[in-house]
Amino acid sequence: MKRILLATLLGFSGAALADGGLLQKECVSCHNISGPTAQTLNEAFAKKGPDLFYAGNKYRQQWLVSWLQKPRRIRPTGIYYGNHIKAGAKEDEIDAATLTPHLALSKADATAVAAELMKLKVHDDLIAKEKIESGTISKQMGEMTFNKFLGCMACHLIEPEYGGFSGPELYTATQRLQPEFMASYIRNPQAWDPKSWMPNKHLSDVNIQKLVRYLDLLSKESANAK
Amino acid sequence: MPNRYWLVILLTALSLQAHAKESAADNYKAYCVQCHGLQGNGNGVNIRDMSVVPRDHTDAKSMSGRSDETIFKAIKEGGPAIDKSILMPPWGGTLSDEEITDLVQHLRMLCKCKFGS
Ligand code: HEC
Ligand code: HEC
Ligand code: HEC
Repeated sequence: MKRILLATLLGFSGAALADGGLLQKECVSCHNISGPTAQTLNEAFAKKGPDLFYAGNKYRQQWLVSWLQKPRRIRPTGIYYGNHIKAGAKEDEIDAATLTPHLALSKADATAVAAELMKLKVHDDLIAKEKIESGTISKQMGEMTFNKFLGCMACHLIEPEYGGFSGPELYTATQRLQPEFMASYIRNPQAWDPKSWMPNKHLSDVNIQKLVRYLDLLSKESANAK
Repeated sequence: MPNRYWLVILLTALSLQAHAKESAADNYKAYCVQCHGLQGNGNGVNIRDMSVVPRDHTDAKSMSGRSDETIFKAIKEGGPAIDKSILMPPWGGTLSDEEITDLVQHLRMLCKCKFGS
């Protein structure tokens, strides 16, 4: 009982700190929380973590709260990928020794920081342009679209053991991301980050809707598998 | 004075453009290495599950079979524009024409080759 009380007290003091700027204190050394994003490649190569200054347009709050307590890698080659790969016997390999675990927060701090992050919404304009139509897609059709027709598997994992490594894993995308963000990023990555490693494939609206549905399906499956 | 205005706008536009142009080596490192590899030989970190492997840019034999125009088109519009795989993405939304022209020259340096030789 005493322990619980102590933990709660510590938790609260952490939360109080967060209000006063835990984000400022613990996160800005690696994350950009005020924008703008990198304007040159040299700035992009120097990034130490993903941009968070539009976090409120991008993430699901609930996901932030739980991930910040128990972070696990979603970008297999970290940031920036070129700093975490090395030439292998045949193909380039992930240089695991250079990837460090992410700091974890207490429940109270994670909750407070997530609430702060959700206020960062400088890209309401881009989000407002997207409209997600409800509908379904079969797993098979989704896979064909993602892998064969559009070539997204080259850089993204769609299963823990299938796909490429330079982009974030996508079989958990919908657990983490708002659907309008996914649609907008797929439509035009450069609108979010002019130096993004992801190309604009000039996709039709129909394909964008299909992809968002497919990612939704994948995430539900991976959540159920747990 | 409207004339002055235009001058300022023009100068700003020019300086922005100068600012925006990246070297071919940096563009290659940023965008191409993920598939074509640190050594440009087609063995990038992404290739494990790819059904068509990226071109070996150091291979003089295959690279000399392509004109500069064809290579430019492949980079700007992606593989399908020259009847090649969708896995080679289009970079026209990322790179300016000038930067793509520089990249073509960068590839000629990697293969130590020219079209037809
Ligand atoms: C030492 C650098 C570093 C510090 C300090 C740091 N982060 Fe991170 N952060 C990273 C890196 C690198 C990633 C990408 C991790 C991955 O996916 O493998 C990341 C990922 C994240 C993500 C997931 C976003 C995404 O799309 O990948 C969130 C949210 C996040 N950090 C929040 C925070 C918060 C909040 C703090 C401060 C309490 C913080 N980070 C401190 C480096 C850092
Ligand atoms: C050349 C590699 C590459 C290709 C091809 C590619 N992506 Fe990406 N993608 C990335 C990278 C790298 C990011 C992360 C950008 C960042 O956060 O800095 C990303 C981000 C994303 C995101 C946001 C995920 C997140 O957690 O932030 C989605 C959704 C996405 N890509 C979907 C797709 C789809 C769908 C396709 C096919 C049409 C595709 N990508 C093709 C490299 C690629
Ligand atoms: C997502 C992976 C990927 C990325 C990133 C990528 N490529 Fe490719 N590239 C490929 C694949 C796969 C092929 C082979 C296509 C084929 O043979 O059908 C290829 C082929 C090529 C070719 C040869 C076309 C021909 O047959 O003559 C050139 C030139 C080329 N890429 C240049 C580039 C440049 C320059 C970049 C960076 C701006 C780049 N690629 C980035 C996957 C990629």
